[in-house]
Amino acid sequence: MNKKLYLPLIVFLLLIIAFFVQLQRNSQGDDPKALESALIGKPIPAKHLTDLFDAKQHDDNLFKQGKPLLVNVWATWCPTCYAEHQYLNELKQQGIDIIGINYKDNSAKALKWLKDLGNPYQTVIKDEKGAFGLDLGVYGAPETFIVDGNGIIHYRHAGDVNPRVWQEKLEPVYRKLAEQQK
Amino acid sequence: MTKIRAFLTALFTFALSLSAPAAIDALDFSSVQQEKDYQSLTQELRCPQCQNNNIADSNATIAVDMRAKVFELLQEGKSKQDIVDYMVARYGNFVTYNPPLTVATVILWVAPVALILFGIFFILRRKPQSGAKQPAASANHAEAQSPALNAEQQRRLQALLKDKEQ
Repeated sequence: MNKKLYLPLIVFLLLIIAFFVQLQRNSQGDDPKALESALIGKPIPAKHLTDLFDAKQHDDNLFKQGKPLLVNVWATWCPTCYAEHQYLNELKQQGIDIIGINYKDNSAKALKWLKDLGNPYQTVIKDEKGAFGLDLGVYGAPETFIVDGNGIIHYRHAGDVNPRVWQEKLEPVYRKLAEQQK
Repeated sequence: MTKIRAFLTALFTFALSLSAPAAIDALDFSSVQQEKDYQSLTQELRCPQCQNNNIADSNATIAVDMRAKVFELLQEGKSKQDIVDYMVARYGNFVTYNPPLTVATVILWVAPVALILFGIFFILRRKPQSGAKQPAASANHAEAQSPALNAEQQRRLQALLKDKEQ
């Protein structure tokens, strides 16, 4: 029999292997929808920064604290934000500074949420229209950025922050930046 | 009876209006050109939240926001390229369906040309082979066949014929 006739079968088997490997990787948490932020290595685009609590105006010095920060985009309408909230409280206990961006949300609801569930944030910025979110390239809450001491974005994680994500993805970046600042 | 019919008609119209494309925004364009630009930009920009949807077809919150932003920037007098650049600066090249030529996207341009060249090469390589064989086989049938039936086979043929005779 002609050996060339086996070619489609071989291609088919290779495809099966490729799909199987990728599906395995997806189930291990390799999200095909995850996008790398276009802002990696760029300063955080600071404008329209109004404090959620006292309507105070912040400028970009908020993100230049000489130590790495987490910037967490959250909203009360977002169930995943609820899921990660307790873990953010835990991170705060560990001494991690988190700045919250209250994204496209109702301020009264947001204040009640923080009162009821605890406030893991050093500062919360109000972004009712999502303008700051758009400048950050946010495409869905929650998202967590790691910013260094000079306000430069180093990492973006889309989805919830849980112990596994923190240990595997965020903490190594955070620790490295903390080392560099010293 | 007429009441029921009126009710059914109303219900039917309502159902029809629900099935109409959902992503229609009532926008007040300042010129026909601006409306055209808006339509083509929303077709060309891709929704970062959805898998393979442009922002014109998607009702994800981010797509709605991006449409509003496109409109706002057009009102400010920005050009189409400015707006695409604005979105790319925030969401990366993923956001445009008309990606620029970079190391990662070069395959999009090279692959089709390479496939065509491969096809041409394949056809040219095949033609002379079959072209040379066929006329030889049909025209000089006996001559083409005779070397194959030499020696061993000829003997076997004779043997078989002998067997049949017996």
